[in-house]
Amino acid sequence: MRERSWTAQRIYMLIGYAAAAAALFCAPLYLSDFRLNLLAKFLAFAIVALGLDLIWGYTGILSLGHGVFFGLGAYAMAMYLKLEASGDKLPDFMGWSGLANLPWFWKPFESFWFAAAAGIAIPALLALVLGFFTFRNRIKGVYFTILTQALVIITTTLFIGQQALTGGTNGLTGFTTVLGYPIGSPDTKRMLFWVTGAVLLAVYLMCRYIVGSRLGKVLRAIRDGENRARFIGYNPASYQIFVFVVSAALAGIGGMLFVLHVGIISPSMMAIVPSIEMVLWVAIGGRGTLIGAAAGAVLLNYAKSSFSESYPDAWLFFLGGLFVVVVVFLPKGAVGLLGKIKWPKRRRTGHEQQVRHSAV
Amino acid sequence: MKRNRPWKFAVCAVVLCVVLAGCGSGGGAGGKGTNKPASSGSSETGGDTAAPGDGDVIKVGILHSLSGTMSISEVSVKDSELMAIQEINAKGGVLGKQLVPVMEDGASDWPTFAEKARKLISENKVVTVFGGWTSASRKAMLPVFEELNGLLWYPVQYEGLEASPNIFYTGATTNQQIVPAVSWLLENRGKRFFLLGSDYVFPQTANKIIKEQLKAEGGELAGEEYTPLGHTDYSTMIAKIQKAKPDVIFNTLNGDSNVAFFKQLKDAGISASDITTLSVSVAEEEIRGIGVDVLQGHLAAWNYYQTTDTEANQAFVDHYKKAYGKDRVTADPIEAGYIAVYLWAAAVEKAGTTEVGAVKEAAKGLELDAPGGKVKIDGDNQHLYKTVRIGEVQADGQFKELWNSGEPVKPDPYLKDYAWAASLSTP
Amino acid sequence: MEITIIQLFNGLSVSSILLLIALGLAITFGLMNVINMAHGELIMIGAYSTYLTQTIFSSYLPSSMFNAYFILAIPISFMIAFAFGLLLEGTLIRFLYGRPLDSLLATWGIALMLQQLARTIFGAPNVAVKSPAWLDGGLKLMDGVVLPYKRLFIIGLVALTLIIMFFYIYRSNAGRRMRAVMQNRDMAACLGISTRRVDAMTFAIGSGIAGIAGCALTLIGPIGPALGTYYIVDAFMVVVLGGVGKLIGTIFGALGIGLTNTMFEYWTTASLGKVLVFLCIVAFLQWRPKGLVAMKTRALD
Repeated sequence: MRERSWTAQRIYMLIGYAAAAAALFCAPLYLSDFRLNLLAKFLAFAIVALGLDLIWGYTGILSLGHGVFFGLGAYAMAMYLKLEASGDKLPDFMGWSGLANLPWFWKPFESFWFAAAAGIAIPALLALVLGFFTFRNRIKGVYFTILTQALVIITTTLFIGQQALTGGTNGLTGFTTVLGYPIGSPDTKRMLFWVTGAVLLAVYLMCRYIVGSRLGKVLRAIRDGENRARFIGYNPASYQIFVFVVSAALAGIGGMLFVLHVGIISPSMMAIVPSIEMVLWVAIGGRGTLIGAAAGAVLLNYAKSSFSESYPDAWLFFLGGLFVVVVVFLPKGAVGLLGKIKWPKRRRTGHEQQVRHSAV
Repeated sequence: MKRNRPWKFAVCAVVLCVVLAGCGSGGGAGGKGTNKPASSGSSETGGDTAAPGDGDVIKVGILHSLSGTMSISEVSVKDSELMAIQEINAKGGVLGKQLVPVMEDGASDWPTFAEKARKLISENKVVTVFGGWTSASRKAMLPVFEELNGLLWYPVQYEGLEASPNIFYTGATTNQQIVPAVSWLLENRGKRFFLLGSDYVFPQTANKIIKEQLKAEGGELAGEEYTPLGHTDYSTMIAKIQKAKPDVIFNTLNGDSNVAFFKQLKDAGISASDITTLSVSVAEEEIRGIGVDVLQGHLAAWNYYQTTDTEANQAFVDHYKKAYGKDRVTADPIEAGYIAVYLWAAAVEKAGTTEVGAVKEAAKGLELDAPGGKVKIDGDNQHLYKTVRIGEVQADGQFKELWNSGEPVKPDPYLKDYAWAASLSTP
Repeated sequence: MEITIIQLFNGLSVSSILLLIALGLAITFGLMNVINMAHGELIMIGAYSTYLTQTIFSSYLPSSMFNAYFILAIPISFMIAFAFGLLLEGTLIRFLYGRPLDSLLATWGIALMLQQLARTIFGAPNVAVKSPAWLDGGLKLMDGVVLPYKRLFIIGLVALTLIIMFFYIYRSNAGRRMRAVMQNRDMAACLGISTRRVDAMTFAIGSGIAGIAGCALTLIGPIGPALGTYYIVDAFMVVVLGGVGKLIGTIFGALGIGLTNTMFEYWTTASLGKVLVFLCIVAFLQWRPKGLVAMKTRALD
């Protein structure tokens, strides 16, 4: 399985990598600033999708609460940007809401690095706490999914209600600079694009490492038979907690980059609909394949922004229909479909069974 | 598993290239300085895709939620804006050129509003944008318009405390709706106020202003409650109201919550004659969805009603019904969207160009006989002078005007002219 | 004193509404293990059916008969939602048995499409349903305590639905077959029960009850394309809290959420109350993952 020689396949693979990376990093050459910004946003989404794929595609746990982790990361970064934009004054919305002083937990966010660390740590910590109780109590499958929905409701209601502290439904927006560079200038945007591309690549490689390692095998074992894994002697809970935390942290990273590109975060981005949409990216791209998840996020969002431009009314039909067709008839998503069409014989090697079991 | 990898890779590389190429071709070279028209499939109703300046059309953007929860309200505003554009085109256009609307869907999602605003300005090269409804959508678009020096016409009453140089506010600010309504209620209906709103920015800011005003003008606060957006059970809220025994409920609930609230208020045996409810987000359109039977006798504060008796309004209502159906009604934001187009057109005619700076300069002090009465653009804060009107819901779903301010009220988004509001305004 | 009585009644009323929206789900989710995210949209279909019935009555029948429309609207809403349920089961759900998480995602897609369909047909704004005159007003217990007839009616409707369901599931042949299939599909099939037909019927009945819920909700809430989204999460919480697979659990779940929600909302604010209720649910499920009334089973997975 792990041959090190330069087989033809390995070379194909490297060429594929190189082509993809090259196409990605040269994007500023042939995209307008606006389109580049969009692509950067999609890449941030792809990071979230990778994390979601780890937990859903590889471990079989469906989280409909990733919007929360995404949002927490985004808010951490947005708090920094807001403070930087406000200078010495209070952020504008606090003034309207009657606050006289900056709340204590906002203060550390004056530092970019603290914000960046918090954007990863806070979602991870929340996932750790929730996962610790949930997985140890052997809550799984549907129950976990519905629990994550409750988490979404709690968080969004809190964020909307605490307007003085979070900006309420308006969210945080009106940023000017990041680390002193004007956030709107094409140069900064190009830089941010490259940063996002690099982060995506790093995250992808990390996920690949996790999936390929022994840990990854245990995760798949848990997906395909949690109790069997338990009887063999693994403790599924600790693996599940780990992957949940990693996945939440990745969502947080995606959220931070999202804010840098889009310049706004609001509670509506953490609500149930975006959370389900994130799952959709993975489902359409192909759960259980990292590249599928990432490509799914980019493709679907691209389709969304171009399709909804032309047919705002029909867009939801299309999205809903796509969802149904993919989930019911193409459990492996776009990647699986391509494989099925072109190389039917190769696919027969025990791969299909896996798909059937991947649903809990 | 491993064996399939190369294929996946090849496939994904191809996919990625296709996406990138798609982005590329879609974007044209729009951002790169060339003036090539970028038409990435937007629904340009005119069908023509020439850039402004060359050819004989001017492109304007329309950015409302055509899907999602806010489409309830925003679709009608979009309709009236399109109607205004058609009317202007029928009269020969602006500067002798036809207007071509470029429509985008904000999808009730604030980041989408920011994204689409950016697209309209930098890709479609529209000279101005009419759009937005919620404060959140405006706040999301504001940085984009300021950064790209675009021009936004925002047609809805809002909570004030804002005056962006790149936005014209054609809806009411607080001193043209809430403040006079509170004064009127204190004079005519009673001193004890119960403030009920949805849990978001507009109600909270509005209620802060009302509380200061009550203190200054001798009112009394009986209670203040917020419910989450989309809340549908008001039984507990009504119990709280019954316990507080207010004279007046000042209602800043949003959207669907109004339906549940008014239905359940009536069921609890509270009618308009027991406790007056004044709403600032319930207009003719909303009445149709709530049901006249539960609303009859309750009040609203706006700058325009379908029944407002002006010459311009008769023509406006006629046109609107002819264009979109007899059963459609006009309402304040619909009117505000309509006059926004006319005001912009007049400013462009006066300036002789569509360039943003010149249009803004020309717009100062511009007057128009709007359906809701005479309006004038205040040069300092780019809001409108508007007449305040308080109306009562009648059995036919229309408003009967109980009071109006007589003359257009000068907009004062930061409430600088009100001594009691000193603690509020932090411009 | 008066407030206590009113609040107790309100709690009961909220519980009855929760129960009504969750009952259909208790069948599709509890008995069939299909997570139907389009349940909210079936409620919406029920509400729009009521609207249509009202419109037909007011335009084609003498106005003296108008007050009777609501009685007719209940079975009509049931039938239309029932038909939609059959259609949904036949075209989609039957591919999804045994894949609950996939059913969640696929039905969410359906929910999106149904919402957009409603928007296309009826327009984006809400429509108004005028409640019949005999449901206006309320029962006056004492000074300051008025129990609205509509809420009493809903409580009665829920009780009636529960009784009918009880007899159907536990006292009829069709119900016996249904339980047999849900408990051991293969065995039931061997004994000659058409499991396909039972599946379809069960899902359709669950959908039909959602239709009744939609009809009842027109009395107190908005009727618009987004109607379903307001209730769907609450409905799931009720079923999960009560314990999947047991109707009695669903009743307790609804009562638990309804009463605590009303109390918290009264003591704190509506937003905080909601947060507290959901926190309680999360905490409770940590303690008893199977809900209030757990199915006794020896199966591990």
